[in-house]
Amino acid sequence: MTPRQAFWRGYRDCAPFILIVVPYSLMFGVVARDAGLDVLQAMSMSVLVIAGASQFTALTLLQDHAPVFVALFAALAVNLRMAMYSAALVPHVGHAPLGIRALMAYLMVDQAFAVAVRTYEDNPDMPQGVKVAYYFGCMMLICPFWYGCTLIGALVGQSIPDSFQLDFAVPVCFIALTAPLLRSLPHVVTALVAIIGAVVFAGLPWSLGIITAALFAMIAGAQTEVFLRRRGAAP
Amino acid sequence: MSDATFWIVTIGLGIGTFLIRFSFLGLMGGRDLPDWALLHLKYVGAAVFPALITPLVLWPDATGGVTDPVRLIAAGAAFVAGMRVSVIAAIVAGMGTLYVLEALRGLL
Repeated sequence: MTPRQAFWRGYRDCAPFILIVVPYSLMFGVVARDAGLDVLQAMSMSVLVIAGASQFTALTLLQDHAPVFVALFAALAVNLRMAMYSAALVPHVGHAPLGIRALMAYLMVDQAFAVAVRTYEDNPDMPQGVKVAYYFGCMMLICPFWYGCTLIGALVGQSIPDSFQLDFAVPVCFIALTAPLLRSLPHVVTALVAIIGAVVFAGLPWSLGIITAALFAMIAGAQTEVFLRRRGAAP
Repeated sequence: MSDATFWIVTIGLGIGTFLIRFSFLGLMGGRDLPDWALLHLKYVGAAVFPALITPLVLWPDATGGVTDPVRLIAAGAAFVAGMRVSVIAAIVAGMGTLYVLEALRGLL
């Protein structure tokens, strides 16, 4: 596969998530205008941050007149999971030049991360440069839609009726991301521990329950893999 | 909210989010990670996504945090379609099941 082919394959592989990104970013544009932001402010947030959940968190807290630092840190806590994505990408694309890595960091979103890592694991022989091209293919589909639909939502500003239940599009999107990742017993154990952990640690503030649950789940998955390997049944 | 408040939060969030995303890629790039790290990092996706999903499905904001059987069923439908068919099927099955069951609930 050439880098060019990899780029377009990434582009196609991420295409299904447009179904989610379009309504979600439209909704952000609308909600931002409702909260009293102008079009430039709504767009600035989407372009500077590109992380929907944290943008909604910041907006909601600001509207509730939370102190500036509370709004900022709560929104940042929502994004802490991306430090784990960042680490998980190092073995695959860590050898790219610093400037490229910085651009990759700016563009890092959940959907594209999940699709890219799954492809890397399915194709361990992919050369570094091809992996980088694939990554940008994934991101280049999601990000323009994120910007464009925020703009449309902010300009049109019509509330999306509640009957569309768009809040549920977020968990559905993550379920669609997770299902293909559960390819072996250790992955299934990881997911189960994550679910139990999310319930057990639900009371922790700043979304830290999610991070805590994920850390325990990773350890559980890794230990399961080691256990299976020792028994001679490689996963 | 005032303009100043908005810009402080937005610029702070932009910079902070970039630093979170850049963290390991920026610092560890070009180095080979130890085996124990590689072992654990394989499971980041399978760990983070279910942890994110669980509270959203169990205690949705839309119902004020009350567990809603319709959403549990719709989440299950999305998962089965995602395991058996494809990403698009998962999204269509999840949202479709929710719409259909909500419509039925409206009729009852």
